[in-house]
Amino acid sequence: MSGLRVLKPGPQSLLQDAGRRGWQHLGVSPAGPLDWHGAAWANHLLNNPWGTPLLEIALGGVELQAKVDTWVAVCGAQVPLSLDDQPQPLWTRLPLRKGQLLRLGFARSGQRAYLAVAGGFIAAPMLGSVSVQLREGLGQAVQAGDLLACRPAHFTRAASVPWPYLPDYRCKPLLRVITGGDAASFEEDQLQGFFAQTWQLSPHSDRMGARLLGEAVQPPVRQWSLGVGRGGDSGAAGWSADHPAGRPPEHGRIPAARLAAPARSGAPGAMPGALSAALHPCQHWRRAG
Amino acid sequence: MIRLEPAGAEALLLVLAEQPDAQLPQRIALLAERIRGELGEVLTDLVPGWTSLLLHYDLMRTDHLELAERLKPLLERWLAEPFVAQAGRLHEIPIWYSGEDLAEVARLCQLSGAQVIELHAASEYRVGAIGFAPGFAYLGELDARLALPRRATPRIAVPAGSLAIAERQTAIYPHRSPGGWHLIGRCPWSLFDAARTPPCPLTLGDRVRFRSIDERDFIREGGQL
Repeated sequence: MSGLRVLKPGPQSLLQDAGRRGWQHLGVSPAGPLDWHGAAWANHLLNNPWGTPLLEIALGGVELQAKVDTWVAVCGAQVPLSLDDQPQPLWTRLPLRKGQLLRLGFARSGQRAYLAVAGGFIAAPMLGSVSVQLREGLGQAVQAGDLLACRPAHFTRAASVPWPYLPDYRCKPLLRVITGGDAASFEEDQLQGFFAQTWQLSPHSDRMGARLLGEAVQPPVRQWSLGVGRGGDSGAAGWSADHPAGRPPEHGRIPAARLAAPARSGAPGAMPGALSAALHPCQHWRRAG
Repeated sequence: MIRLEPAGAEALLLVLAEQPDAQLPQRIALLAERIRGELGEVLTDLVPGWTSLLLHYDLMRTDHLELAERLKPLLERWLAEPFVAQAGRLHEIPIWYSGEDLAEVARLCQLSGAQVIELHAASEYRVGAIGFAPGFAYLGELDARLALPRRATPRIAVPAGSLAIAERQTAIYPHRSPGGWHLIGRCPWSLFDAARTPPCPLTLGDRVRFRSIDERDFIREGGQL
């Protein structure tokens, strides 16, 4: 099997597919890409179905050498991209020839870039998915010397994502919150305080959760463990792809599509606001991706 | 009375009781099986808790309103039917009672270390939920004389196989992880292995007993110091 040789792995580059479904009853988180928009476009540009294994690159800093003739696309965070030192556009599919050097610099805005390859990277699934979950010991981050296996592929012409679908990762996201869960057990002024303030994304955010810094919200007390859904909010944390299956009290959910916003724009210090939202429109946006 | 609450845009929480009880884990396990059968592919994940069941669904195929409608007869039947005790599988798990907090737990409970071990090993437990980390099974109910709140400051890393207690629950950390419970012993077995089928030997509603072993047996059973 041939593929792309990793010369520099970057701070954290992880193989991800559509995620690990159907194992949460054993405490295994779903994983999968944090920025679904970026990941979906990278695959789509190469005619890969949704959930085809691609590389999620945190912050950038990756160098790969092609050992195969294929096509690739990089979407997501604004990273400088070059092929044999020639600058290349993001959100576009590009031919990559055997021997060529693909380089992703560090992100100017946004946090996670997605590198997809025609046909997808080939890896052995664990519990039905190749998605790497470091905390749970499922898979490993990419390391220098690794070969990211893929097959040769060919397209006749380039293609790009239409401009209306290009996100600007510099803008401050507004987080829509569906109140629910324990919202009714929170004191009214505590809930109001949650919506009235501007939150800052903490540098301690990771694939498990987006930690938001602001004035403390007094939570009610919980005694018994129960399940957690992506986008849950514990006053100062929004659960993300690698969320655990037991949770602290919460008063609302951030629909996953919106939660992708702090995960991808994610420069610590960016200031998301919170807005109360109804469930139905959130389901509609979510379906629309 | 069952409460159905949307939990975000793609999950529905079934609150099945206000308080956990000894029968609930088995009854919830039974309900979970039926819901799996009824919903099939529409259901992407299912997370049982002590008093609840969280259903993750495929938003492209359904929503919480349709699910509530579909589940109504099934839930009504479940609520009405008499409880039939299932023996449930019994696991006997070896424990070397040598945890870092054993002395502290004894002091706080005003017992001797030997009494803590005796009380902990005397009970039979039920798996009430699995979560927090892969294979982390919440076992209840711990003897009231051993009930303590969680540690004020959680540990950043708890060794794999640590047996711990908090409130009326006990559990084994299958992997090294952060942890806020009191460590009273160590289990030599691996309780989660993704390469194994099933990856986790314990399932909801199973019974668990602990068998006290010494350091030699711990090593013989595969434990790592």
